[in-house]
Amino acid sequence: MSTLYPSKTAPFAYSANSVQKTMTTVLLALAPATLFNLYLFGWPAILLFAVTVGACAAAEASCVALSGRPATSTLGDGSAVLTGWLLAMSLPPWAPWWTGVLGAVFAIHLAKHAYGGLGQNAFNPAMVARVALLVSFPVVMTTWVVPHPLFSANALGLADAFAITFGSKPLDAMSSASVLGFVKTELSRGIPVTQSITQVPNLMDMALGYRAGSMGETSALLILAGGLFLMARGIISWHIPVTVIGSLFLMGTVFNLVNPARFTDGTVQVMSGATFLGAFFIATDYVTSPVSKQGQLVFGIGIGLFTWIIRTFAGYPEGMAFAVLLMNSLTPIIDQYTRPRGFGRTRKGEPLPLKVKS
Amino acid sequence: MKLFPIRGGVHPEYRKELCSEKPIVALPMPDLLYIPLQQHIGAPAEALVSEGDLVKKGQMIARGQGTVSAPHHAPTSGRIKAVTQVLAIHPSGLTQLTIIIEPDGKDEWADLPAPIDDPFSVKPQAIKDRVAQSGIVGMGGAAFPSAVKLNLGIQLKIDLLLLNGAECEPYLTCDDRVMRERAEEVIDGARIMAHALGAPKVIIAIEENKPQAIEIMTRAAAAQPNVEVVGVPVQYPMGAERQLTQAITGLETPSRKLTADLGVVVHNVATARAVQQAVRYGRPLVSRVVTVSGEAIREPKNVDVPIGTPVAKLVEFCGGFTSEPARLVNGGPMMGAPLVSLEVPVVKGTSGILALTAAEVKERPTSPCIRCGVCITVCPCGLSPVEMAPHIRKDHLDVAAKLGVMDCFSCGSCSWVCPSHIPLVHYFNYAKGMLAEQDREQTKIERTKRLAEEHGIRIEKADEAKKAAMAAKQAAMAAKKQSATAADDKAST
Repeated sequence: MSTLYPSKTAPFAYSANSVQKTMTTVLLALAPATLFNLYLFGWPAILLFAVTVGACAAAEASCVALSGRPATSTLGDGSAVLTGWLLAMSLPPWAPWWTGVLGAVFAIHLAKHAYGGLGQNAFNPAMVARVALLVSFPVVMTTWVVPHPLFSANALGLADAFAITFGSKPLDAMSSASVLGFVKTELSRGIPVTQSITQVPNLMDMALGYRAGSMGETSALLILAGGLFLMARGIISWHIPVTVIGSLFLMGTVFNLVNPARFTDGTVQVMSGATFLGAFFIATDYVTSPVSKQGQLVFGIGIGLFTWIIRTFAGYPEGMAFAVLLMNSLTPIIDQYTRPRGFGRTRKGEPLPLKVKS
Repeated sequence: MKLFPIRGGVHPEYRKELCSEKPIVALPMPDLLYIPLQQHIGAPAEALVSEGDLVKKGQMIARGQGTVSAPHHAPTSGRIKAVTQVLAIHPSGLTQLTIIIEPDGKDEWADLPAPIDDPFSVKPQAIKDRVAQSGIVGMGGAAFPSAVKLNLGIQLKIDLLLLNGAECEPYLTCDDRVMRERAEEVIDGARIMAHALGAPKVIIAIEENKPQAIEIMTRAAAAQPNVEVVGVPVQYPMGAERQLTQAITGLETPSRKLTADLGVVVHNVATARAVQQAVRYGRPLVSRVVTVSGEAIREPKNVDVPIGTPVAKLVEFCGGFTSEPARLVNGGPMMGAPLVSLEVPVVKGTSGILALTAAEVKERPTSPCIRCGVCITVCPCGLSPVEMAPHIRKDHLDVAAKLGVMDCFSCGSCSWVCPSHIPLVHYFNYAKGMLAEQDREQTKIERTKRLAEEHGIRIEKADEAKKAAMAAKQAAMAAKKQSATAADDKAST
């Protein structure tokens, strides 16, 4: 054998980790909640879901092709599908098809590839898309329907579903408000939380998902199960979910104790809206969250606080998406201030003082 | 015994089962032995023999030069074929001065230094001298001259000799086998080293994936009250000096200090055995146990190999390759060096020769970083690989240096775990090399500048001295003239 010139230094062993595996595991964790919600909201939801995921994949392919690489070369990593999936879960289930397509343009073209593609984007693509759609089309994006489970008496046929998703069939007759939206509207009419909260679905229904909301907002329990699965698989750690949910719960509980007529309590804060989806699947997005564990604690607390503030004081009933984007913008600076302490060094980077032996 | 947690680390596939139950076998003497003059950290040795000389086994053939160096000895009796440039066991693929010995087949010992019968009654210096003259270097892979490390006991008070039997690198089983088959010798050697260091206590740390070694060593150490065998958790890189020290004592070695500053000296188990052989029998280090393993090796073995044996002979002895190996490694897969050729010789620091298949290595093309941060979680040094790598890619080495890249000891955990298969350690090795180079350049520039300034000052001083001397001379002349004139005046009056 002649001389072999090595291309790399050690190690010469690698784990079986891969980006694709990570993304696939996240999709797997989302699957139960997704399937349940597709069942709950029937054919229009299935059509919208397919359109959104398909549009994101197409958007990814078009960007990659523009950059001169084979169009399908990055589809395999699963990141575009995951973005589309999360976007679909944050849309009203009976929203028209173009929300999904426009969302894909916002998410993939503008929020992801304009920054340089996978790993380079500062903001969570799915949340950029959701917020852009929400501020552009507030009516469409807040028209919720009560569940119409497949195979049930009020289920929609495929033809009707096509009319809703691809036509322009008005939804007024079937629409309903989300819990947070309802409480907020009532509050603005001068009806205290203590009174309005009695008219929303009970906690059990909220947990299981039999209520109006986006696909990801309902069915907190299945989302929670998916999140715990991700933790068990080591894809995410407890730091972000626990701090997001914990700070939200704490703010809700404390302010509710102070003034129950004005503030909803911690349990409602946690069980409603997109708390679980946000805490386990959105805020934990690797690319846009801090890299160190200490940084993730700061990040999670920030999201919890902002979500509560926006939900309580701002014009929108739900604040998770805004809170995530706000904290995304702080990620680089959080990273800079939360580097781990080097071995044998102080926090400032100086060598540790040598302890004098007695 | 209470142990302390260490930061980070990974759990690679250990694959020790390929070799752990294979007893040590001696390699038949090869046709030629290649003894490189530099097999250790420090200055290369200086050859004492030349072509045609006859040498005996254990005879010193190269002498250490300077304070950090080690001599080399003939691994068998025979004739010096040449002292010439030969391809070194180094990834650069460069050659180095090497003594080539043609064995005569008799394997006759030279007159060895007298055995030290009671090493515990002699002065520590006698032990250190013996270790130095026996050419013993750290056998865990770093190959630092052992005598220099034993000297740490002179200036510092050493409380503990920590004997490293962790063997945290995957595949390697040579230390495991040495502990299982030569336990008494290892413990005797450890006690001799502790005596040389003035250390009152010896702890032998063994990773818990070697239960037989722990059991055998515990039994062998039972009679010694100051020797304790401790099982440590299986967590790569447990066997790194600072990490092992922290796990056992809870002490974190400050940056730019040695574990010895904390009163702890770490030596490898095979080094202890080599010290025992040198002290008890006068035998220098002329062979070592090497693990030859990997799926591409037909019969993985632990082989007792004469120093200088070409790797090709070792592979041949183990049945050759079953398939074309994807990677040939000198050492373990996590921190070993790539082998550039099979013609290079085994040296004192060679713990393993691995021939790995593509399926074992699992090397894949690099994809973009997704900032998962797992490299930070696993880094035992508390560094942020995700942040350093892009700076190094852009050659912003000063930023990387500020982020602590020089603290990286290339354990490979971040590269191993990276889901995007980014060769992080490769970047860090590049940065460390370049920064060290810049540092040397800077030192050189400063030295030149200082010398030039000093030269200028010296010239100036010499000039001044000259001027002063001139002035004095002139003054003296003038005075003389004046006094002469005065005398004339007097005379004329």
